[in-house]
Amino acid sequence: MPTTVFPGSYDSLQKIAALVRKIAAETGFDDCEIYKIETSIDEACSNIIEHAYGGENRGEIEFTYQIEPDRLTIILRDNGQVFNPTKVAKPNTKAPLSKRAAHGLGLFIMQKWMDEVEFTIQDNMNQVKLVKYLAK
Amino acid sequence: MEISTVQYKRCYLIKPKGRLDSAAAPQFADALNKIMDEGHYRLVIDMSELEFMSSAGLRVLISAQKNCKRYNRGEVYLAALPKNILAALELAGFTELFEIYEDVLTAVGNF
Repeated sequence: MPTTVFPGSYDSLQKIAALVRKIAAETGFDDCEIYKIETSIDEACSNIIEHAYGGENRGEIEFTYQIEPDRLTIILRDNGQVFNPTKVAKPNTKAPLSKRAAHGLGLFIMQKWMDEVEFTIQDNMNQVKLVKYLAK
Repeated sequence: MEISTVQYKRCYLIKPKGRLDSAAAPQFADALNKIMDEGHYRLVIDMSELEFMSSAGLRVLISAQKNCKRYNRGEVYLAALPKNILAALELAGFTELFEIYEDVLTAVGNF
């Protein structure tokens, strides 16, 4: 599976997005689905920089992908702090303005817009695997 | 990211262009904060040339809306949303929190 390593900085997000759009189009997704995948990967990478590394330029993001006839799989790996998604409170998207929390939306978007989001530890690295299936 | 602002008689029009991700969100927040710090709380955000917005952008919007609506002194209107960005706002439940206009002129005219 092709792998690219990006510096863990917010400047990398635009480059990662360009790669995601390219491979999502190659898989056969339409513009709307490509946007959803691009957003989900952006959120995952932003979380790595902000939460796993605790800031920019403290580590790298390893980006691996696999295109299959029915799906696109993207695996992101980092060497930062272990991320426990069960500790992130699900945002209340019905709450009034005064009660809206500003955080937790990134993970929520990833889980809604990808078909599979799985956090594991592999070879001592944090790994998040995101899968999107082509509509039949 | 490029951000242009125009002051109208009754509101400010802010137009961010390009990608609104974690890299650009601080710049967008600074632009809005500068206007609000000067005492202007009626804002229209023209999103027609926004290519991408992540949750970092959503967080800036919610913070600005909370600030503007405090003491009933104003509000943030959103205008001319590309369909992908509207889908993100709908997913996050933001369409209940903002008045959304199809075009900028109607939004400006409604203040």
